[in-house]
Amino acid sequence: MSVAPPLLAVEGLTKSYGGIHAVRGVSFSLRAGEILALIGPNGAGKSTCFDMLNGQNQPDTGQVRLLGEETTGKKPREIWRMGVGRTFQITATFATMTVRENVQVALISHGKQLFNLFGSAPKFERGEAGRLLELVGMGGYADRPCGELAYGDLKRLELAVALANQPKLLLMDEPTAGMAPRERVDLMRLTAQIAREKSIGVLFTEHDMDVVFEHADRIIVLNRGTLIAEGSPAEVRGNPQVQAVYLGEGLVYDARHREGASA
Amino acid sequence: MAFYVVQFLTGLASAASLFLVASGLSIIFGVTRIVNFAHGAFYMIGAYIAFTLTERLSGAFGFWGSMVLAAIAVALIGVLVEMVLLRRIYHAPELFQLLATFGLTLMVEDLVVLIWGPDDLVGRRAPGFRGAIDFFGQNIPSYDLFLIVLGPVVLGILWLLFQRTRWGVLVRAATQDRDMVAALGVNQKWLFTSVFAVGVFLAALGGALQIPRDAVHHAMDLRIIVEVFVVVVIGGLGSIVGAFVAAVLVSELNAFGILIFPKISIILVFLVMAVVLIVRPWGLFGKPEAPARKTPGLTVNPWRPLTSNERLLALAALVIAATLPLFAGNYALTVGSEIAIFVIFAVSLHFLMSVGGLASFGHAAYFGLGAYGVAFLAKMAGLPMIVCLLLGPLLGCMGAAVFGFFAVQLSGVYFAMLTLAFAQIVWSIAFQWVSVTGGDNGILGVWPEKWAGSPSHFYWLALGVAALVTIALRAMVFSPFGYALRATRDSLLRTEAIGINAKRIQWTAFVIAGTTAGIGGALFAYLKGSVFPDNLGISLSVDALVMVLLGGVETVSGAVIGAIVYKALSIWLISQTDLSKLVLGAFIMLIVVVFPKGIVGMLEMLAQRRRKSSPPGSSLLAKPIESAE
Repeated sequence: MSVAPPLLAVEGLTKSYGGIHAVRGVSFSLRAGEILALIGPNGAGKSTCFDMLNGQNQPDTGQVRLLGEETTGKKPREIWRMGVGRTFQITATFATMTVRENVQVALISHGKQLFNLFGSAPKFERGEAGRLLELVGMGGYADRPCGELAYGDLKRLELAVALANQPKLLLMDEPTAGMAPRERVDLMRLTAQIAREKSIGVLFTEHDMDVVFEHADRIIVLNRGTLIAEGSPAEVRGNPQVQAVYLGEGLVYDARHREGASA
Repeated sequence: MAFYVVQFLTGLASAASLFLVASGLSIIFGVTRIVNFAHGAFYMIGAYIAFTLTERLSGAFGFWGSMVLAAIAVALIGVLVEMVLLRRIYHAPELFQLLATFGLTLMVEDLVVLIWGPDDLVGRRAPGFRGAIDFFGQNIPSYDLFLIVLGPVVLGILWLLFQRTRWGVLVRAATQDRDMVAALGVNQKWLFTSVFAVGVFLAALGGALQIPRDAVHHAMDLRIIVEVFVVVVIGGLGSIVGAFVAAVLVSELNAFGILIFPKISIILVFLVMAVVLIVRPWGLFGKPEAPARKTPGLTVNPWRPLTSNERLLALAALVIAATLPLFAGNYALTVGSEIAIFVIFAVSLHFLMSVGGLASFGHAAYFGLGAYGVAFLAKMAGLPMIVCLLLGPLLGCMGAAVFGFFAVQLSGVYFAMLTLAFAQIVWSIAFQWVSVTGGDNGILGVWPEKWAGSPSHFYWLALGVAALVTIALRAMVFSPFGYALRATRDSLLRTEAIGINAKRIQWTAFVIAGTTAGIGGALFAYLKGSVFPDNLGISLSVDALVMVLLGGVETVSGAVIGAIVYKALSIWLISQTDLSKLVLGAFIMLIVVVFPKGIVGMLEMLAQRRRKSSPPGSSLLAKPIESAE
């Protein structure tokens, strides 16, 4: 088993815009079932990195492999077909459709029924759509218009949609941005639970350090486009370089957490 | 050689007016985000007013003064329009803005005929530029040379205006981010009004300057607006330099296209536009637009299939409609057939526009192609009617496949402009290629065979096809494909992220809608017994838009009701008044401003309010077909 390629392998990813090196030689890997957090201050290159993983942006050099298969140069929809689900920092859902219909569209795409002109879409995989919604705790909202949902519910809906093609890898860009503290914990707990049960690898970016240190198995830290640290939450927290360049106010942060840990 | 140089200079001269109008459109769009369909109308009014003034005021000063005075007068009309109409719709969806300004265009067309009469008016020559200059044996009108110089001069003045004045800085800032400009304390109302006035001034000046070259007539608005749309699509909406370069390009293509394809010179422009769109979809000098605003401003009820009760009611309404021949006369049956055909046309556009979010301003092209398809097959190949009806719409299908491929590369206003330009190209071909299409005389004698010849039989045929088409398209709304199509309308980002090739979905929808429109056109050819270029004209395209809008653009069955009400109303209106465009234009603006949800949208809202006390049970399909009787 050890010779099998990792779920996600990123090697030497580089991207420049004009004279600005947004991402410089970033390499890391991700195992199935592992939850990896990508953190860094604003402008560190997280989003650029993220967009190159799912095909919205193409790297200048470097490679991304999913289970050994190259994804560089592929379009987002092709990468999705390889088993990568994603959620957006600012949710992207189908606002005029109901919550269930949102999930059904993803199921239709997964079942390659997109050009089926005369089937019944309301009945299409209705059960599976319901199960996915139950899974993220949205079962009671199935018939609500998506445009009416609160922001936290939209995030959970996005998760259900991202799970529709039984992904091997989930890419979540700031999954808890804009949510209340209570909702953040719930959503990440749910994500972690699903990932472990289904052995899905999860890569997420996040600004909320409580969320990161509580839920990530491993953390990688970007600063000015370069990977400066990698390791378990404890290792990263103790890394002086991370404290210096990333946290800046590392001492304050550290003190707060010690209090939390002793309480 | 000298001939080609002269041809080139003629092209440059034509570019001047085109540039003035296109730059005005671009400036207005840049700041207000409104594509001013009425821009051609302002161009036309400019020409008419300048004509009147040059007839009254004598001398060189009188002539040139008239040009400027006319442009100022039209700019003042523009200010009035902006304050009364546009201010109410700045936050409305693009479609509504295009339609409202189109309504204005329709009104202006009737008004100029009312004031100046229907005949072409030939204006005075420009003082000092009456003669021609000899160029190696070829004559160049000296006025053309004046225009050639004028174009770059206006470009320079505009550049100074935008770079060197405080107002210009504000306009450029607002073009980039109008919300930020408002947040910085700029009085947006007056900024918008002044920008609109400047844009309209340029359009009117362009019209006035055309007087010495061309006769003034009441159809010049549509001709220029199509060319202007082509120019801004090629040059990039919002870019003045782009407008200049593209105006020169298009004018030169026209000047030389006539030498290469004398009959269908417009093909050349189309080819260039297609290439530009593939290489740079946002135009040569434009910038990629951020996705159009997604807030429709109107709420959408989730769509659902009809309940079994509602199906029964719809069926009952259809049966009642089918009994019309038992008690109605031949005229009523012909009207009934026409309404049924327009139901087909409206539901086909509805599928593209409401379900797919792609508002085509040139849908009549595919209706007309279906009609011409039938005419070719029946008159040239002599095929039986049933074969013609089945194969004729394929011409609409093919047209939609070709044009749709390019059109779906764009969205929003670009999509609207492009579809309009395509339709106008098809119209030009039908009009110019006389040896094949009969040109303005059309193709006559396309009569149905005996089995469908009587008004009642034809009515049943049209009604049956309309019912089938409506049912089929409705089924598609609730098919997996329909869901995918709605998904592309709501969020392209999300569709791409779940493995959907949005462009292919939209292209397929375009072809389905075009083929369906072709079916309507095929029946229409047999109903009228003839085919004319008007069958693919702009006014027919707009009829379709208004039908969908009137019924309710956000409803599933609105198009059916909209088509019935609108068609019955307009047939009645034409019998009552000569000024049908005036009334229609006012009507369109009224719907957009005070009635944006349409008939079915309003009914649904009322039903929803009542539902709180009683269970649902009303059928919206029942009403329309009754009112068709």
